[in-house]
Amino acid sequence: MKLPLMGVINLIHETEEMGALTAGRCLATVPFGGRYRLIDFVLSSMVNSGISNVSVFAHTKFRSLMDHLGSGSNWDLHRKQQGLFVLPPAIEDQTDFGKGDLYHFWRHRDYFKRSEHEYVVIARSHIVCNIDFGAVLAFHQARGADITVVCKRWPGARTGLVRKARLDESGRITEMQDHFGRLASEVVSMEMYVLGKELLVDLVETSLAQGKDHFVRHAVLSRLGELNVSAYLHEGYLGVVNSIPAYYRHSMELLDQQVWKELFFEPGSVLTKVKDEPPTRYRSRAAVVQSLVANGCEIDGEVYNSILFRGVKIRKGAVVRNSIVMQNGIVGEGGMLENCILDKEAEIRPLQQLKGSPDMPFLAAKRHVI
Amino acid sequence: MRRNECIAMLLAGGEGRRLGVLTKDLAKPAVHFGGKYRIIDFTLSNCVNSGIETVGVLTQYQPLVLNQYLGIGSPWGLDRRDGGMHVLPPYVRQKGGVWYKGTANAIYQNIGFIERYDPEYVLVISGDHIYKMNYERLLHAHKKNRADATIAVISVPWEDAGRFGILSADEDGRIVEFAEKPSQPKSNLASMGVYMFSWPALREALVRDEADSRSSNDFGKDVIPRLLAEGSRLYAYRFGGYWKDVGTIESLWEANMDLLEDDPGLHLDDRTWRIYSVNPNQPAHYLSPLASVRNSLVSEGCVVEGRVNRSVLFHGVKTGEGSHVEDSVIMPGAVIGPGARVIRAIVGEHAVVAGECRVGSADSGPIAVVASGEHIAAENTLEEANPL
Repeated sequence: MKLPLMGVINLIHETEEMGALTAGRCLATVPFGGRYRLIDFVLSSMVNSGISNVSVFAHTKFRSLMDHLGSGSNWDLHRKQQGLFVLPPAIEDQTDFGKGDLYHFWRHRDYFKRSEHEYVVIARSHIVCNIDFGAVLAFHQARGADITVVCKRWPGARTGLVRKARLDESGRITEMQDHFGRLASEVVSMEMYVLGKELLVDLVETSLAQGKDHFVRHAVLSRLGELNVSAYLHEGYLGVVNSIPAYYRHSMELLDQQVWKELFFEPGSVLTKVKDEPPTRYRSRAAVVQSLVANGCEIDGEVYNSILFRGVKIRKGAVVRNSIVMQNGIVGEGGMLENCILDKEAEIRPLQQLKGSPDMPFLAAKRHVI
Repeated sequence: MRRNECIAMLLAGGEGRRLGVLTKDLAKPAVHFGGKYRIIDFTLSNCVNSGIETVGVLTQYQPLVLNQYLGIGSPWGLDRRDGGMHVLPPYVRQKGGVWYKGTANAIYQNIGFIERYDPEYVLVISGDHIYKMNYERLLHAHKKNRADATIAVISVPWEDAGRFGILSADEDGRIVEFAEKPSQPKSNLASMGVYMFSWPALREALVRDEADSRSSNDFGKDVIPRLLAEGSRLYAYRFGGYWKDVGTIESLWEANMDLLEDDPGLHLDDRTWRIYSVNPNQPAHYLSPLASVRNSLVSEGCVVEGRVNRSVLFHGVKTGEGSHVEDSVIMPGAVIGPGARVIRAIVGEHAVVAGECRVGSADSGPIAVVASGEHIAAENTLEEANPL
């Protein structure tokens, strides 16, 4: 069944404090969970929900994004009808580049006008969850809302940068603040907005005409009084991955088997670019517990409570604790890692010892040899 | 259509009778191997890596699983506008249709397909074997010798020679004698079932073989001996790498165990010669706080809570707490219950070995086999190989 919903993944001005992890790539393509990129979670959720038209509004550092998405075939989005559209900034001159997302939507307005879908879901790339947008759309229609925001009741101190929202008894959003706001509420926005396409086009044109160009800040927050903006409360796992402590914390949460099962399989499985790595090889000195290990690794050392991405080598006598080693990383003989994040292709020389703290892990940049 | 210098015809109709319950519902080339592959992945990847981009896959026995697996060839990069992979089952013509009677007849029935590409050379290979080989070098040798056919050969132990097609060649590599499964082999050079033919020579041989009512229409039994007897230029091409015919439960198990050696003959982790396969798209595998995995291959989507030693775990396998898997091959999606012991066994796809069961034994007897989808109820013991 076709869902009358199109997906927009909005990478324009993504809020992030990811340091070296986004030095050469956009937030959407930060590696996460052993073999994925952040964008895979929202993209797979869209595809698994039956959305057949997805656009990605690229903005900065999108070489890795183009490489990762390709034709969209890994998500079944290489279609004759619709499929995947990667839309880089279509600006008139340099100064337009920094304008808000509404401006960039407007520049690509033909894309919206050409599609036959009645509804749009606009999402960000850094929200790690597995969600059925069909259920969100059904909720939106049943409530007769103008805009439905996917939210989660998320008590306690959080590490990611999130917008908090206040709801009335009926579930309507009465107040929402940017991530630095002091609003005392347990409800956080997952930055996913479902609305009618006509309304979106109207909001784009009206806001721009008033000199306002930010979708959430100008088109949504300033209209909480006049529009019915409702909250759909997500029940499943949520990770907000836009700072290094949040990246580390949510990665470590994947080592809980319940979270692993829920995030990767329910309601649909998370898809990513295929790499054709062989199965992982455990050698005679391997001792690996409570860890997530992708294909193509070779392990002859000890690994505790850690995540190894595809193609990682842990040499004999090496010990890795509470760490994340990204694709093709190497930990040399007798090396020791604790509370570390190694970006892709980093190499730890034999006998080298590195240690970060649980609140601020040590981060080795891409291709660094230490 | 662009002219293809060399195209491949891949024989994938084999029943694999000696693999018993493992080939009950699927053809031998579709049997799982090496933690994430099916046997046919090796020959398909060899073709692509050798620059052969037109491959006809001849199917016959139980093709459903294989057809679904092959799709349009995209996992191997064979979904091409020009050429690419084509599945070729037997089909009905105006005068009726027949099954493929033998390996040579299967190619004979597809002469029309081959001629659409107008090749100079045709590589005939079997989807039953595991090896990594650059067919470009074979073609190079074939051209250099101005051969009609070149047969890839491998040295086998003398005591095993009687199980193969055995060749004798002179010092230039020209084949002087060929004997199919000889009782007293004169050489230990075995045919690998990899044949490079000049197309005009093959075409003529196939037409004549078809006209011979006494022929069993088989390359090894009929076509090659006849070409040799007639004085055609047949050459041997020596291959030095790993090659295995995984025709029996024992050899399938052995080939999997070979991968676990310190320096295996078959390197799966060779980035210059990748083996492609259909990706199951499962998350990184999870090892619980109580897991212990050594000397093993583990693929994506597995959840390991027990002890695993000298074993191959395919994608999506689950092993429960206190379970013990040793010297075994656990195929995709199989579940080993808590406290179960699986030793020297092959556990089929989606089979379930319930808690506290014992499958196989450490004795050197036959390998125990649990069929695909079979459930071994709790606290049962299965020591012998499963009957057909």
